[in-house]
Amino acid sequence: MVVVTEQVRSEQRAVRPRRQRSARRRLEARWGWLLIAPSVIGLGVFSIWPIFRTFYYSFTLWGAFGGHTWDGLTNYRTLFSDSEVLRALRNTIVFAALSLLSVPIGIVVSALLNRPGLRGLSVYRTLYFIPVITLPAAVALMWKFVYNGDYGPVTQFLKLFGIHGPHWTSNPSTALYAVAIVAIWSSIGYNMVLFLAGMQTIPRHLYEAAEIDGAGRIRQFFTITLPMLSPTIFFVTVIGVINALQAFDLIYVMIGKNNPALNDSETIVYLFYDKAFVQSNGGYAAAIAFLLLGIIIVFTGCQFWLQKKWVHYE
Amino acid sequence: MLPDQSPAPASASTKKQVTRRTVLSAVPAAMLMTAAACGGSSSGSSIDSEKSHSGPVTLTYGLWDDTQLPAMKKIIDEFEKANPKIHIRPAVTPWDSYWTKLQTAATGGSAPDVFWMTLAYFQLYASNKILMPLTKPVQDAKIDMSQYEPAITKGYTWGKDIYALPKDIDSIALWYNKKLFAEAGLRAPDSSWGWSDLLNAAKRLTKGNVHGIAAQLSDQQSYYNTIPQNDGWVISGDGKKSGYDMPAAIEGLQFWTDMINKYQVSPTLQQMTDTDPQQMFGSGKLGMYYGGSWESIAFKAIPYALDNIDVVPMPQGKTRKTVSNGLGNVIFAKTKYPREAWKFVSFLGSRRAAEIQAETGAVIPATKGTQETWVKSTPQFHLQTFVDEFQYNYSFPVSVNTPVWRDYATKTLADAWTGKRPTAEVAKDIAKQMNGALAKEPSRPA
Repeated sequence: MVVVTEQVRSEQRAVRPRRQRSARRRLEARWGWLLIAPSVIGLGVFSIWPIFRTFYYSFTLWGAFGGHTWDGLTNYRTLFSDSEVLRALRNTIVFAALSLLSVPIGIVVSALLNRPGLRGLSVYRTLYFIPVITLPAAVALMWKFVYNGDYGPVTQFLKLFGIHGPHWTSNPSTALYAVAIVAIWSSIGYNMVLFLAGMQTIPRHLYEAAEIDGAGRIRQFFTITLPMLSPTIFFVTVIGVINALQAFDLIYVMIGKNNPALNDSETIVYLFYDKAFVQSNGGYAAAIAFLLLGIIIVFTGCQFWLQKKWVHYE
Repeated sequence: MLPDQSPAPASASTKKQVTRRTVLSAVPAAMLMTAAACGGSSSGSSIDSEKSHSGPVTLTYGLWDDTQLPAMKKIIDEFEKANPKIHIRPAVTPWDSYWTKLQTAATGGSAPDVFWMTLAYFQLYASNKILMPLTKPVQDAKIDMSQYEPAITKGYTWGKDIYALPKDIDSIALWYNKKLFAEAGLRAPDSSWGWSDLLNAAKRLTKGNVHGIAAQLSDQQSYYNTIPQNDGWVISGDGKKSGYDMPAAIEGLQFWTDMINKYQVSPTLQQMTDTDPQQMFGSGKLGMYYGGSWESIAFKAIPYALDNIDVVPMPQGKTRKTVSNGLGNVIFAKTKYPREAWKFVSFLGSRRAAEIQAETGAVIPATKGTQETWVKSTPQFHLQTFVDEFQYNYSFPVSVNTPVWRDYATKTLADAWTGKRPTAEVAKDIAKQMNGALAKEPSRPA
């Protein structure tokens, strides 16, 4: 009965006029465009168009209050011989490498939180996630006070052990690491949420089988959790590196303009901000922006190429 | 699976694909071309060119000092009462980001209608036609410019036009902590002090976590005074040469770096970066502090400071000299309401506004004859000191594009302050950059 009906229905469908079918498809298409229009227009106006505009600006020379003239490759030529840019690049890469520490910390935290029957799971989750949703400027201001070399809590704490701590945010040798710690602290929660979700998808029977075979908790973590979680780890690492290479707000608030540690902690985006808005050298800043784009593309490309080696997809 | 998705007729789809593909590839090219076609600038507005308004007008007033905001709000209230159709919205931006924000806003045509201007940035803005000339409105309103301190009026003149009504004038003096002096058994400082007296007192005052004085990396509050006191200068009279590499200037700088690195009577630059020296002084962690007249209102608000500090004239070097700066109120050239903005600025420059500033003790008004009121506003401090210093002050060193060399100097001097490089070497570095920047400047109009 059912088979016959299907055959009849399919025959009817074959017979339905072509005009009706494409008319329906056109109507669907029109609705599709209409519904994604806000996103597409927003993306086009605020993201895509500025990219082309910035690319154009990287070939220009700016006046103090606007106005620009075509300058050719001068900005790029200056860029590759500028020691300030090289220093900022070095700072940024060190910062990005340090920020990646939030990935293993996040995995360990979510592994600890993923144990069945853990009491107060939502409390822990909230506590770890609050830094993520706090305004970066507020986070930076509070940590700046915490790090205060004379009156901050860190210094008071070290005094209890008789250690005379440095001025974390104004000492050139410690400033970058101090800011990196804040960056790690504020992204553990975000990574933790992603890893927890990833861990939920790992089939329980793998763990049960391992336990039967006599594997301890730690062994299970390294042989089951990590490989099964590797797609999530890959995603978090890629996003984490891209974000860390663009670090600006923490450095801007915690390490100000007249800070003696600025040279040893300014990142490439901070240099971009300085050139574009403080020194009104917009063309050079645009060239810096494209240098950063190139670096991010290279790093991300490398990561995607390496994923074949260590990411385990089902 | 329903066989609904039958392949669309080949010709129609490829036609659609071709048009879609060509459109998608044309878009970046179009964007690149529109990016190149940047908008041109529109000419500035003047009072006569403004169209008439019937409705209420809101002006933005840009400023940076939070401690002066109550005084400004009082002035705004009185102005709005007299002019009910004009509403003023004060916009406070902290000093550190005020100029960056203003430059970006002015480039985009959205700077505040009226805003504070300081001598160091004035020539840059005036020469780029960001400010509205006020010569004609001043003439029409018959405002007597001699009522203001002449140094400030001159500072805001570019070519033949005046661009600001002077708001205030300041000077730097020696604030000291009476309690700490008494505890150290020292006599209070007075106008007879020289550099060595200051250093000796600082040495006696430094103990524990209290330092004798703060050697601030802030030109107006430190070396802009000690360099001319040593018969040196920062910039030549014609604005073409830097004075930083001369021995007199290097000594004027060394006076401060020695305090940190040689005698250890000052907090280190790192300590002063973590905690503002003004706050250190206000909470009794510094014996002495080179502070401006505008800081009295901040100290007035701290009970400990109100009881324990006072101010005397700055110690002299080979000569007596102090630097004076002064703010002015200016109008954005591209404001939509030049007539209303002028009404506000002329009120800001009026005697009544000067009196309000003086009464609250915020700053010394630039209007002569109202300064007495400021002196009396905080009787706990000998504020007459600052007014007396006007007898031997000089106007803030500026050129057409002051920020270029001034910002470089501050940033580079950090190396001398931390002892990373010898002061003489840093000073020669600064002079080289400054001379290069001055050579690139356009000439001033006659």
